[in-house]
Amino acid sequence: MIKFNIKLLVISFLLLISLRPLHSAEMVDPIKVDWSFKGLTGTFDRASLQRGFQVYKEVCASCHSMQYLSYRNLGEPGGPEFSEQEVKAIAASFEIEDGPDSQGEMFTRPGKPSDKFKSPYPNTQAATAANGGAYPPDMSVLVKARKGGANYIYSVLVGYEDPPPGVTLDDGVYYNKYMAGNKIKMPNNLMDGLVEYADGTDSTVDQMAKDVTTFLAWAAEPELEERHRTGVKVIIYLILLTTLVYLSMKKIWSRIDTEV
Amino acid sequence: MSEHEYVPKSKAGKWFNDRLPLLTLGAHLTDYPTPKNLNYWWTFGGILTFCLITQIVTGIVLAMHYVAHADLAFASVEHIMRDVNYGWLIRYIHSNGASMFFLAVYIHIFRSLFYGSYKSPREVIWIIGLMIYLLMMAAAFMGYVLPWGQMSFWGATVITNLFSAIPLVGDSITTWLWGAYSVDNPTLNRFFSLHYLIPFLILGLVVLHIWALHVPGNNNPVGIDIKKPSKDTVPFHPYITIKDAFALLVFMIVFAGFVFFTPNVLGHSDNYIPANPLVTPAHIVPEWYLLPFYAILRSVPDKLGGVILMFGAIFILFVLPWLDTSKVRSAVFRPIYRQFYWIFVLDVLMLGYVGAMPAEGIYLVLARAGTIYYFAHFIIVMPVVGLLEKTDPVPLSISDPVLTGGAEPSLARKVNDKV
Repeated sequence: MIKFNIKLLVISFLLLISLRPLHSAEMVDPIKVDWSFKGLTGTFDRASLQRGFQVYKEVCASCHSMQYLSYRNLGEPGGPEFSEQEVKAIAASFEIEDGPDSQGEMFTRPGKPSDKFKSPYPNTQAATAANGGAYPPDMSVLVKARKGGANYIYSVLVGYEDPPPGVTLDDGVYYNKYMAGNKIKMPNNLMDGLVEYADGTDSTVDQMAKDVTTFLAWAAEPELEERHRTGVKVIIYLILLTTLVYLSMKKIWSRIDTEV
Repeated sequence: MSEHEYVPKSKAGKWFNDRLPLLTLGAHLTDYPTPKNLNYWWTFGGILTFCLITQIVTGIVLAMHYVAHADLAFASVEHIMRDVNYGWLIRYIHSNGASMFFLAVYIHIFRSLFYGSYKSPREVIWIIGLMIYLLMMAAAFMGYVLPWGQMSFWGATVITNLFSAIPLVGDSITTWLWGAYSVDNPTLNRFFSLHYLIPFLILGLVVLHIWALHVPGNNNPVGIDIKKPSKDTVPFHPYITIKDAFALLVFMIVFAGFVFFTPNVLGHSDNYIPANPLVTPAHIVPEWYLLPFYAILRSVPDKLGGVILMFGAIFILFVLPWLDTSKVRSAVFRPIYRQFYWIFVLDVLMLGYVGAMPAEGIYLVLARAGTIYYFAHFIIVMPVVGLLEKTDPVPLSISDPVLTGGAEPSLARKVNDKV
């Protein structure tokens, strides 16, 4: 019976470590949002992605780069799926530096869908210097680069509060309930009605935070919808094949007296 | 191989086989007499071969698109994820494949520990296996460095710094390993080169591992020597091939679950932050499969001592066949060792758990206790239990088990008709 107890112990230990919360004690758990892209068949909310792109373009993009995305991605399946004309218009609204030309000079031209998203600063140092010594991280894979993912990003966006009594903040530092250490150098940039959504959705802080987080989740995992779709097919195929192989195995092993 | 006289049927086949006996080899592999009572824990050898081939194939494709340069590596991985056709799939198979590889190898090793597969006459199989395991750890560590994220960089810094603990020449060795005065572009370049080399070394060792296996033949759950071929054995094909195929498919379902639905759950989110030598992450943790050794390393207050114990924890396995004094192989017939076996499993799991935690307070205490027990298991438990234990009666053959009392009824039944 000792053996049984030890096995039980091993199993309960495995359960324990699989459930263990990995966050440190001082952090508040991020708000759990029921994202449409969660789960085995999750997909992005197309309208939310388009609104999220608008929030990114009008608010975030003034400090945060998204250097691994191209404008053409905005029209690709599984993303915001802007039309070809819209993508061209979006790209053309940016002045992109190109060159050198045949004279050896750099020049600017309107953006093309194949261009990468234009960064607000020429380099990390310029971005850091312009933001009080805190580099606004590139947002291409931000959702994957933070523990808690989309929930965490959303929580930080809506987590600004007045500091509790006794907490003093330096200039340019803000109090955020969900940020590690509760101090963040990004000001609260979202306020109700900040952007005017083309589809008429009410632009509350919560709505904008959800939309832009959805957009960032797509930016980090543009393959998510295809991955989910393919995954379901692969698993179904594997289960069918496993069943067939299992039955073959049973038949083959039935020739001898040993069970398999 | 000699007991088997194979003559190809066709003239051309005979002509070729006389010059290079590949057909004889094929016939040997097909007919190879295998104990008929192998349970599913024995299917992980085939699964591991699959893992190795998967890693090599996906790795070769990734290397076509990856750029091993400190300024470009992170961006090239994003290029693979976004712009290469099915690059996300290939990379996720490769990164999760490493974890699945280790999952399978740990099951394979613990199966060997339970059924005494490392014991005479299979010591060389065991030692080659451990060499494969060591190379796997080196390959996995260097592979984790390649995306050049924060954990890549700082993991590489922590691990390479271990060598600086060597007296007198430590710092020189570390600089030599880096190819620079810190982890930098030359380090990344050589890690990429070695990461590409090691899997082929592993492949060579796998051939030796299987060759060495085919000399004495498989151990089995009962752990007794059997006559081959006899009514205790089945030909490898189709009996074992179909069973391995079934187990592999079940394994692939789990694998696919990770790849398609939680591809990043086994990695650390910090590795999606580009490497920054000026910012140290709050907690530097290795991948899950190295955590028990990381816990042992950190449990010792002295750096050199920690390094010695960490490597010792692996190298002690090399002498395990001579530390185990028991005449009986399978733990099925070793009632005392069986208890210690499960305590040892628990100990390794606990070390893995505390390895992921900060090295302070209760975690440090647990890590130290776990480390002491880890070594005690090999140095004290294995020799002493082997000498003192009264083992249960061992059957004379697989087909006619003589089980007169002793063993638990449930186990006896398992040995009889399941296993």
